[in-house]
Formats: sequence, C-alpha cells, structure tokens
Amino acid sequence: MNSQAMSANNPSDLPVVSDRLAKNAMRNVSERLIEALLLGAAAVSVLTTVGIVYVLVSESIHFFQQVSIVDFLTDTQWTPLFDDAHFGIMVLVSGTVVSSLVALSVAIPMGTIIAIYLSEFANSKVREIAKPILELLGGIPTIVFGYFALLVVTPVLQVILPELPGFSLLSAGLVMGIMIVPYIASLSEDAMRAVPMSLREGAYAMGSTRLYTALHVVVPAAFSGLAASYILAISRAVGETMILAVAAGMQPNLTWNPMEPAATITSYIVQVALGDLPHGSIGYLTIFAAGLTLLLITLVFNILGQWLRAKFRENY
Amino acid sequence: MQIHDNPALKAEARNLNFYYGEAKALKGINMPIYDKKVTALIGPSGCGKSTYLRSFNRMHDLYPGNRYEGEIRFFPDNTNLLSPEVDPIEVRMRVGMVFQKPNPFPKSIYENVAYGLRVRGENNKRVLDDKVEHALKGGALWDEVKDRLNELASNLSGGQQQRLCIARALATDPELLLFDEPTSALDPIATAAIEELVHELKKRVTILIVTHNMQQAARVSDYTAYMFLGEMIEFGKTDEIFLKPKDKRTEDYITGRMG
Ligand SMILES: Nc1ncnc2c1ncn2[C@@H]1O[C@H](COP(=O)(O)OP(=O)(O)O)[C@@H](O)[C@H]1O
Ligand SMILES: [Mg+2]
Repeated sequence: MNSQAMSANNPSDLPVVSDRLAKNAMRNVSERLIEALLLGAAAVSVLTTVGIVYVLVSESIHFFQQVSIVDFLTDTQWTPLFDDAHFGIMVLVSGTVVSSLVALSVAIPMGTIIAIYLSEFANSKVREIAKPILELLGGIPTIVFGYFALLVVTPVLQVILPELPGFSLLSAGLVMGIMIVPYIASLSEDAMRAVPMSLREGAYAMGSTRLYTALHVVVPAAFSGLAASYILAISRAVGETMILAVAAGMQPNLTWNPMEPAATITSYIVQVALGDLPHGSIGYLTIFAAGLTLLLITLVFNILGQWLRAKFRENY
Repeated sequence: MQIHDNPALKAEARNLNFYYGEAKALKGINMPIYDKKVTALIGPSGCGKSTYLRSFNRMHDLYPGNRYEGEIRFFPDNTNLLSPEVDPIEVRMRVGMVFQKPNPFPKSIYENVAYGLRVRGENNKRVLDDKVEHALKGGALWDEVKDRLNELASNLSGGQQQRLCIARALATDPELLLFDEPTSALDPIATAAIEELVHELKKRVTILIVTHNMQQAARVSDYTAYMFLGEMIEFGKTDEIFLKPKDKRTEDYITGRMG
C-alpha cells in the first residue's frame, strides 16, 4: 500500500519503482546483517589476540619472579627440567635463528626467482598451471615435510656430508625453506604483477630486454611487496614447529652450526607441552616465557616489515 | 626533374596494416616522416593514432596476437622496421618514446636518465655524468634538478616527470622520438614547457607526436596527418591542413563538426 502511494507521485512505470524500493529495503537489512557479522568476526580475532598476549605476559611474569631476566638472556644452558636447572633462552634462540637462516637462504632466492619467472616470463598458460601447484605445495601439512626431511633429505645429504647426524638444523632448515617457497613466490608475484604495464613499456621502449626490465625496473618497483613477502617468510620460519620437532632433534644445544641437532623455541614448546607438567611449576612456566620470546621476535619482524613498507612504498 | 621543397625522409609507412588479433586497427597507411621535422597525428579518439605510433618502435611485439602487414622504412639505411628479421630491441635503440602519462622508473633522477645508457652497456661514470647532464639540459630540466640528482624521480612534479622522461629518451640520442599525447596529463604551464621543448628538439631529432589537441598540433608541428577509423585521410604541411584541407572529413574535424 505504502509503496503504491509513494509511486503515485511518480506516474511513470508504477510497478517497477515499487519493486525496486522493496528490493532496496531488503538489501538494507541484509547489508546491516553482514556488517554486524563482519564486525563480530573482527572482534573475535582481536579479542583472541588480546587474550593470547594476556596469558603469555601474565604467566611470564610468574616465571620472571623465579628466574632473573639477565640469567634468561645470558645463561648458556637450557635445562629447566633438571635438578640443576638453567634457563638460558639463547640456547633455543640459536636453534631458531640457524634453522631460519638456512630456510631463508633457500626460500628467498628460489621464491623470488619463481615469482620473476611467473610474473615476467611465463605465458598465461604456464602461469595457470604453475600457480595452483605452488598453492598446493603451500597446503601440505608440515608434519609431512618433517618426515620428508628426516627420511629423505637427511639420508641424501649424508651421502655428500657423511658426518651429518641423523637430526640436524641443516636438513630441517632446507625442507622448511622449500615449504616457504610458495609463500614468497605467490606474494612476490602478486607484487610484481601489480606494477603497472606503463612502467614496463617505458623500460622496453628504452631498448631493455625482458630480464633487464624485470631486474632493473619491475623488482625495484615492487620492492615493498617483495620485502613484505620476505618478512612473512621470516615469521613463518621462526614460528615453524613440526618440521623442526621431527627432523632437527629436540636436545637444547647452543650452536651456530647447522650441521648439529638442536631444539628451537617452538620445538621445545611442543615437547614440553606434550609431557604432563604440573600447572604452575617452573617447567610449565617456561612454555610461556619461550612463547613470549617467540611473540616478541615475530613482532620485531612485523614492525620491520611495516617500516619497510612505509619507507619503500610503491612509487609508480 | 621535379623540384621538391620536401626535406629528406627519415621514415616512411608503406601499405601499413595492423591487427589486434582479428581486429584491423590500421588500414593501408602510407605516409612520409621527414627528417628533423615535427609531424603531428590528429584524429578522433580510437582512430588508431597510438596504434600507428607504437608500430614505429615495435611496442606491439610485447603482446601476443598482434600482427603487422606492410612496411615502415627507416632511413638513411632503408631498413624495414617491421621486418621479422629486425630485432625489436635494435629498433628501440634507434627510436625513443615518451608516453601519455609520465612513467619515470622507481629510481633516482640521475639513474632514470642514465637508464638507456646502462642498457647499452655504458658504465663509465664520467661518460654517464656527461650524457646525463647533456640530456637533462636537452629536456630543459637541468637547472631545476642539478642539485638533487640523487632524489627519487617520483618526487618531481608531473610536468618535471614528463620532461625527465623526455631527457631519458634523449640520453641515448635516438633518431626518431615518438610522443603519445605527452601533455594530456599536465596543466597548461607544464604543457607550454613541453611544447616549447618539442619545438627546440627538432634541431636534433625527428619527432612524431600524437595529440588530441588541434591547437597543439598547429603550434608545434611542421606536418600534420589526419587519421580516421584506422585510415590516413590526409597528410600535408600543417598550415595547409589547417587552412585549406582537401578532404571533407579533415575539414569537419578541424572545424569541430566531429570528434
Ligand atoms: N590492445 C588492444 N587490443 C585490441 N584493440 C585495441 C587495443 N588497443 C587499441 N585497440 C583498438 O584499436 C583502435 C585504435 O586505438 P588507438 O590506437 O588507441 O586509438 P587512438 O590512440 O587514436 O585513440 C580502437 O578501436 C581501439 O579500441
Ligand atoms: Mg591514444
């Protein structure tokens, strides 16, 4: 009734106008609903993050009431469950850093080269096949990568390096690198494809080859996107757990040598969390102190990433 | 013997057809480009001006499915620029281009101008310094940027960026310089600066310029070609084209009855 009264003022095509109004009203309601849903989803994720940080920090405070921060940062042993307990986090940090460096030294060059190839050289057919395969590789559970490292890569490496032990940061790191390649390749490719064609045309018009254009114009233009993908890769490497738990051995070992086995922050956490430590014991609290350390390391890289983005934002 | 007051030929399109896949965008174009002169291409939007211009540096080779027919002869060596045996990179070494929107590279002012020299393998600092300065002077930009050569080119204003792109193209001493509506993204003052520059540049280099602005064509060019629906309707001296066009369609366009 109402809509008819309204459209009476508008003599042209009565039913169409009222139809449209009704649809609009419906759309408004559903839009509100979707908005509320999105807000709810955002709130859940923010609250989860806040909750995690709260738990990590509050439990870590209990930990640091019993262990001094100086000892935590400078002790060269990590034996929290022994009678003669030591809490030198650097032992775990060294494992994390070495395995991550090995992984990144594989993943960054390979990922970048694949991205350059896909974005600047491959025709659309190749790209259509290669991209899903890459994404598939990114979807393999990391436990599979872990056993691949332990059962395939380590034995192969031992042929070349006979003194390599059965568990090593090298083997785990290499496989972790392969696991990260798709992330870098996919994000970097997106960044390079976002470089406008007019920039490439400018480079070709100056007589440059495809490769020269890719390396001297497209890569610098996409630099902030590439840097973001590298930072994400670092976060992935630092946070990776299963591959290291399976293939790097879990004994705490302060070392910078990738040929040795060592525990990392993550593999320590998973190891201890699987045992049944009494709630509130010092061993239990180490999980949170280690977790907080991990969070801080990732945070540093995220901030670095933000800073790089701002400094080298796309200037095309 | 016939007496020509026409200057030497720099290039000549002969029966040039061009296809985007199946779509024929250029239809049997014949046209001379005279040496050290400015030739303007005018015509309504979509008539094929850019398509024609981009044939001269084989830009269409970058995309699959494009096809040329006919020839563009380049003098004095009488090379057919469109011949499949001619490497497009060789063509682009001789034919420079300035685009509609300034497209400086994400590098310093200096490196932008040095780019083409580096592509050609020049890495001697002294030579580069020299040629960069010379090119920036040629682009009428030197005085504005000589104290900030290491700043990012993106910090320059739009008009400065376009003059930088001109300097970048000049640095390698091209024989032919293509301009595709180089002032369409610029304000009137920056536009005037570019027009003056084009006028200055014809002492050194042959210029082919696309413009949708007829006053601009009249101001900067010696010769003008009117294109319509992929065809070259009329070519002649600029004042003749504007004062007494032979073709009705040219006259309609120039007097503003269409386009
Ligand atoms: N990449 C392309 N693929 C297919 N058709 C195109 C392409 N670029 C231009 N065209 C078509 O070719 C014709 C000429 O375009 P263009 O040369 O850009 O005209 P102008 O520069 O005179 O405005 C137009 O009909 C246009 O739609
Ligand atoms: Mg155009």
